Amino acid sequence: MATRMTPKTVFAHLALIFASVLFIAPFVWMVSTSLKHETQIFPKAGEPPQWIPKTDKLDAEGRRVITYQGKTGSEIGDDDVKKVILVDGEELKVWPEEVGYEQVVGFHWQNYPKAFSMIDFWLNLRNTLFICVSVVLATLVSCSLVAYSFSRIEWPGRDALFVVVLATMMLPYEVTLIPLFVLYKWLGWTGSFKPLIIPAFFGTPFYIFLLRQFFMGIPRDLSAAARIDGCSEFGIFAHVIIPLSKPALATTALFMFLFQWADFLNPLIYLQDDRQYTLAIALQQFQSNHEAQWGPLMAMSSVITMPIILLFFLAQRTFIQGITMTGLKG
Amino acid sequence: MTRTDRRNLRNGLLFASPYIFGFLIFTLYPFAASVYYSFCNFNAIEPPIWTGLDNYRQMINDSTLRTSLFNTLYYTVGSVPLGIAFAILLAVMLNQKLKGMSVYRTIFFLPTIVPLVASAVLWLWVLNPENGLLNGMLRVSGIDSLLGAVGIPLPNWLADQHWAMPSLILMSFWGVGGAVVIFLAGLAEVPQSLYEVADIDGAGPLRKFWNVTLPMITPTILFNLVMGLIGAFQYFTQVYVMTGGTGGPANKTLVYALYLYQMAFKYLNMGYASAMGWMLFVFVLALTLGVMYTSKRWVHYHGD
Repeated sequence: MATRMTPKTVFAHLALIFASVLFIAPFVWMVSTSLKHETQIFPKAGEPPQWIPKTDKLDAEGRRVITYQGKTGSEIGDDDVKKVILVDGEELKVWPEEVGYEQVVGFHWQNYPKAFSMIDFWLNLRNTLFICVSVVLATLVSCSLVAYSFSRIEWPGRDALFVVVLATMMLPYEVTLIPLFVLYKWLGWTGSFKPLIIPAFFGTPFYIFLLRQFFMGIPRDLSAAARIDGCSEFGIFAHVIIPLSKPALATTALFMFLFQWADFLNPLIYLQDDRQYTLAIALQQFQSNHEAQWGPLMAMSSVITMPIILLFFLAQRTFIQGITMTGLKG
Repeated sequence: MTRTDRRNLRNGLLFASPYIFGFLIFTLYPFAASVYYSFCNFNAIEPPIWTGLDNYRQMINDSTLRTSLFNTLYYTVGSVPLGIAFAILLAVMLNQKLKGMSVYRTIFFLPTIVPLVASAVLWLWVLNPENGLLNGMLRVSGIDSLLGAVGIPLPNWLADQHWAMPSLILMSFWGVGGAVVIFLAGLAEVPQSLYEVADIDGAGPLRKFWNVTLPMITPTILFNLVMGLIGAFQYFTQVYVMTGGTGGPANKTLVYALYLYQMAFKYLNMGYASAMGWMLFVFVLALTLGVMYTSKRWVHYHGD
C-alpha cells in the first residue's frame, strides 16, 4: 500500500465510506425499484426495504412455487390448507393469508417498456436532443466570439461592458421572466422551441465569462505573430485561439448540454403541446398523472439520469476542471 | 484615433455584437419592461393598465406572500449554512491524500448532475412514508423505536406540515458535492508551510483546522455562500415537481419563486408577479451586498 494506515486515516476512511453509502443509496434504490415487480415495490407492512429485485420462482411447468411457513412447493401438505372448496366438482384449495410465492433474484424489465409507452419516449428524447444540440452549438459560436472581443481586442468601453456581463450573471431569472414571456408571445414563439434555442445565439454571460478567463491566459505573442503573417482578426480567432481552447470549449459544451437536458422552468412555460415535451417535462407530467407507478417512474428517472452519468465518466476531468475554473477564478 | 485603434474598435464591437444585441433584447428591455409591468394590472392578453403603486400596496397586505417569503428564508437558513459546513467537513476529510480519494469525490459529486426533475421524483419515492427508503431504513435500524421512546412518531415527511420543509432541506444536502469539489480546490491552495509552522507550535488537528484551514478557505466559503444564497432564493423545480406545483401541504413549501410562478402563469396576474420579481431582486441584492460588506471582517485573502 502506498500510504501507511494510521488510526487517523482509518477513521477518515470509515467516515467517508459511511457518507458514500448515504450518497449512493438513493441511486441504488432508484435502479433497484425500476427493476422490481409491483408486489415487491409495495411489500407487506413491517418488511424491511428490499435492495435486490426478485421475481417469482417458476417450476418446470411454469407455475409459481408456493411457500408457507418455511416450506415450499410439494412440502406443503394438505394439513396446511385452510379450507377446500368444491367448484364444479373440482377442488379449490384456499391457503392461509401468510402463504407466498418463492422468490429468486430476477429483474422485472417490463417497467422500462411500460414507461416508454406511457409517455411518447422517443419523440421526447428527440425533442430534448434537438434542443440540447442546437443550444450547445449556438452557445459555442456566440460565447467564443464575444469572449474573444472581451479578452483579445483592446477597445474603449470594453471593460465597462464586461462589468455589465458580470452584473447580469447575478440577475435572478424571476425579474426578466414575465417580460420575456410577453415578448416571445408577441413574436409568436410560445408553443415552439424558439424561446429555448434562439437566445443562445446571443451569448450567455456565464460562458462568456468562462471563455474570456481562458482566452486571457493564451500568450499575446501568438496573436502578434499571426498578425505579422497577415492573419485577419477573425483568422486569429479561428486558427489560433479556438484550436488552443479546446478544454474550455469542452467545458462549455458539456455544462450547457447538462443544463438543457435537465432544464425545467423554460420548457414548462413555453412548450404547450405534449408532442413538443422534453424528457424532463414528460417525466414530471408522467409523475403527476400516475403518482403511485413507482416502477415505471423509477425506470424513467434512471433513463434520464444514466446518459448524464455516462457522460460524466467519459469526461470526468473536464467536469472537475470546469467546476473549479468557474468556482475559484471568479 | 490611430488606424489600429479604429480597427480594434470596429472588430471589438463586431465580435461582441451578439452579446450587445442579446443584452438589449433579452436583458435590458425585459428588465425595464418588468418595472413598467409592476405598476400595471396586466394579464398578458389585454394591454397593461397603469395602476400605480397598487401591486406594491397589495403585496404589503398579502399574507400568502409573507408565508412564501418565510418559507424561502426557512429553506435558505436551513440548507445554505449547514450545506457549506457539511461540504467543508467532507472536503477536509478528502484532502488527506487518502487512497481512493477520487472515488469518494466522484461519489459525492454524482448527485449534483442528476437532472432536478429526476432527483425530485426519486426523493418523492425515498421519502414515501409507507414504502420509502428513508422510513424503511429508520425502521430497520431501530431508530423509529428510539424516536418513539421520546414521543416522536416516524415522520410522514412531505405529507406532514411540520416535516415538509425539513424534507426539502434534507434533500438539498444530497447535492453538496459541487461545493465539495470547489472546497477541495480551495484546500489545495492552502500553503503547506502554514501547517508545518503549526506543527512546530505543537498545534493539534482541531486547532490547525480552526486557526489555519478555516481562515485560509474563507474566500471559497464566501463564494459558496453567495452562490448558495442566490440559488436558494430561486429554488423552484424540486418543490414544483414534489408538490405538483401547489407548495403544499397547507402552503408549507410554497416558496417565493413558486408563488411568483403561480401568480404569473396560473392566475395570469403578470403585473403583480413582476412586482414580486422586483422585490426578490432587491432582496437578493441587499443580501449579497450585506454578505460582501461583512466579508471584509471574516474573509482573509492570501497574502494578507
